[in-house]
Order: sequence, then C-alpha cells, then structure tokens
Amino acid sequence: MSSSNDTIKKTITVTVLVCLFCSIVVSTAAVMLKPLQEKNIEQDMKRNILAAAGMFDAERDVDEQFASVETKVVELSSGTYTDVVDAATYVPRAAAKDPQMSEALSGSDDLAKIGRQEKYALVYLVNDDSGKLQTVILPVRGYGLWSTMHGFIALESDLQTVVGLGFYEHGETPGLGGEIDNPRWKAQWPGKQVFNSEGDVELGLIKGIVDTSRSGAEYQIDGLSGATLTSKGVTNLVHFWLGGKGYGPYLDNLKAGKT
Amino acid sequence: MSMKETLTNPIFNNNPIALQILGICSALAVTSSMQVSFVMCIALTTVCAFSNLFVSLIRNHIPNSVRIIVQMTIIASLVIVVDQVLKAFSYEISKQLSVFVGLIITNCIVMGRAEAFAMKYPPLPSFIDGLGNGLGYSFVLMAVAFVRELFGAGKMFGVEILPLATDGGWYIPNGLLLLPPSAFFLIGLLIWAIRAWKKDQVEAPDFKMAPNTVGSGSHSHS
Repeated sequence: MSSSNDTIKKTITVTVLVCLFCSIVVSTAAVMLKPLQEKNIEQDMKRNILAAAGMFDAERDVDEQFASVETKVVELSSGTYTDVVDAATYVPRAAAKDPQMSEALSGSDDLAKIGRQEKYALVYLVNDDSGKLQTVILPVRGYGLWSTMHGFIALESDLQTVVGLGFYEHGETPGLGGEIDNPRWKAQWPGKQVFNSEGDVELGLIKGIVDTSRSGAEYQIDGLSGATLTSKGVTNLVHFWLGGKGYGPYLDNLKAGKT
Repeated sequence: MSMKETLTNPIFNNNPIALQILGICSALAVTSSMQVSFVMCIALTTVCAFSNLFVSLIRNHIPNSVRIIVQMTIIASLVIVVDQVLKAFSYEISKQLSVFVGLIITNCIVMGRAEAFAMKYPPLPSFIDGLGNGLGYSFVLMAVAFVRELFGAGKMFGVEILPLATDGGWYIPNGLLLLPPSAFFLIGLLIWAIRAWKKDQVEAPDFKMAPNTVGSGSHSHS
C-alpha cells in the first residue's frame, strides 16, 4: 500500500468505482433472476394450496394441476364475491397491513391473535368435470407460541367436512409445535366435521389422543404433546377463520347458494 | 506456505470455527438439517473465496482509511448475488435458510480473511485461502449437522435412517438436538476433540487459580 492511495482524490475515485461496479453486478443479478424468483414464489403458493386439499402430485407440473382451481375474491364482512380487487394481483398479507384495506381486531374478536384482518380474502374453488363445486380451499392464519402460522384449510362441498389442513409458514419449536407439519398428524384432519348442530365451529384440538369410540370425536384432533400453546393456536385459528369474523358469512351464502 | 497448505491448513490446523471461534452464529442456526447446512457451506465458501479474490485484485489501490468499507461493499454484493441465485434456482432451500444467507455479510470468517489475508497476498493464494477457510467452516457445519439431523430427526439429508417412534419405528429422537443450543455442545465437544489430537492448539490459561490456603489470617491485610 503506497501512501499515494491515501489522497482524498484517490480515496473518492476508488470508492466510487467499487460502488459503481458492485451496484451494476447486484442490479444485473436482481433484474435477470427476478422472473425466475417470481415464478418460484407463485408455484410454491400453488403447491401449498393443492397440498392442503390433498391434490398435490409431485410428479406432475404444478401449473397444470392448478388449472382446475378457480381463484376468487370474497368480501369477508358480507361473504359475497367481489371484483374490487384483482384476484391475480391481490396480496392478502400486504392488505392486512394496510389501514385502508384492513380492520384492526381487538380483545375477544381477535381470537387468532392476528392484530389486523384484511377486508377481502382469496378463496380457491375446485370444481369437478361437470362444474359442480368439489372443494373450497381457504387461507387461514393465527398465532401459535412463537409465530404466526400461515396455512390453508380445505372443505368438501358440504362445507362441513374437512378435506385437509396444511401450514406453509410458521416458526414453532421443531419437534414440538413444529409437528403441525407432521404428515401423520395432518392425516387426522380429512373427514373431520367443522360445525356442530347449532351451527357453531366445534372442530379443534384436544389434550391428548382422540378416543374415536366416544361421541364428538368427529370434531376432535389429537393435541400436540409438549406444545399446548401451538395446539391452542391451531384451534383458535380454525374457530376464528371458519367463524362469523372469518369465512362464516361466505360459507353460509355458499350453502344457501347465493354468492 | 505452499498452495496446498493454504488450502488444507484452515480445515484442521487453523479451523475458523474450532480454533478462531468465528462464524458460530450460523453454525448454530442452520445445522438442524444436513441439506440446508450443505447449501449454506457452498454459499459461504463461494462468498469467502471470491471476496478474497476481488479484495486481493484491488488491494494495491484500496485507500487505508476506507479499506473496511471497500471490503464490506465487495462482500455484501457477493452475498446479495448468492442470495438471488438461491431464490431463483433453489427456492425451497433458500426459504429454510431465510436470513442466514444475508447474514454471511456479517460472518467474521469472510471479513477476517479479507482483512488478514487478501489485503497482503496476490489473488490466487487469496482465492485458495478463502476456499480453504470455507472448507474449514463446512467441515464443522457438516459434522454438527450430521449429529443433529441423525439423532434429532433420525435422518440424513432428509432420508430416514432411524425410524422414529412417532412414525411407528423404534427410535425416540432427542428433541434438544433440533434446537440451536445443542450446536453449542457439539461444537464444544468438537473443539475438545481437535485440541486433544493437536495439542499445540490448546491455549495458555489466562490466569492461574490460586491454591486454597489453610489458616484464618490470610485475608486480614487485604
């Protein structure tokens, strides 16, 4: 290192050149890789939606499988379809942070502890070949022990029987709360019933293992051992999102055939 | 030092994690799965080798007063590029690594090598030194990840080796191994093993414990 390096002129020149060169490299990489990255994110979301409905087949192309899924925007308060926002570009997670697009929840209303709830939600409908509704896939989220758990719950066309549940993002303790990703635990969900005879959400996790011989077992899922708060969080998010504050009005309309 | 020594020394003789105790943060965070650790190792080795190369290329022009900033600019740019490439070509893994790829910027190994080696030596040895230190880091990470994934989840690279009791097998996994603190114990044991093998790595004690003195008057004049 010669001392001439330390003149002000040289210092500024070197700094500017290094920064210029680095910024060109970084921006080139970012711009060139962006289409691939966006495709990855989109495909990942589609994969999660299909997996929650138990429709995902790793052997087949995701886009091809997703072709049978119809995405619609629902206004949560009225439970009707709307085109206020475009289903293709709408991001519910961003909307939940935007005061214009969401509502603050407080106290007992905020069962899933999400703080703010978006006014519009995306729902995914799967129709069979004759165009009859087969499965409804609903995005859900709620707070567990450490983190907000993001996932999907899929219901059959009777809007009462569960097809599946899956989380695609959470930060629960590995081995304890993280077992919400365990395929054996998730396998209990299909076939469970959501609403009791009064029309309230009954489905939830219990402490311990479900005794299938007793009545009410159709509403119960095994609790996760060592993860009481995660288990409660899962119950709460199911109750919140399928209840009156969540998709309740929409499911009622869908049942009555007037969306 | 020969090229070969430059490459292999950091693996056992001068391991950045085991001897210099650098880069511990990511070694704790990402080692619960071998696959994720492996990608992290490739990312760090790439960044370390190329940051050394580029810093060394311009070392005769870097003004002394801003040298750390210049090194950081080069390192940060490389890390962003690596992160973008992972997001584009290995999305699943980049999701699991989350912030830890970005945190390579603050990994002391990378900057330590740029400052300690690349500023003084020509490009080729610098590149090899970066590669060697990346491999030294990788050696520790993969060793820790091997134990954590095998005994914590019964798997290696995601393939089931020990059938878990929860899935109808016989192995009851050690849940602690899936949590970051377990890596502390494993790295500690590894350092112990390496220093038992290579005695010259044992540090001289900072102070000597005074022997217990028998008698009542020993503190009377303090």
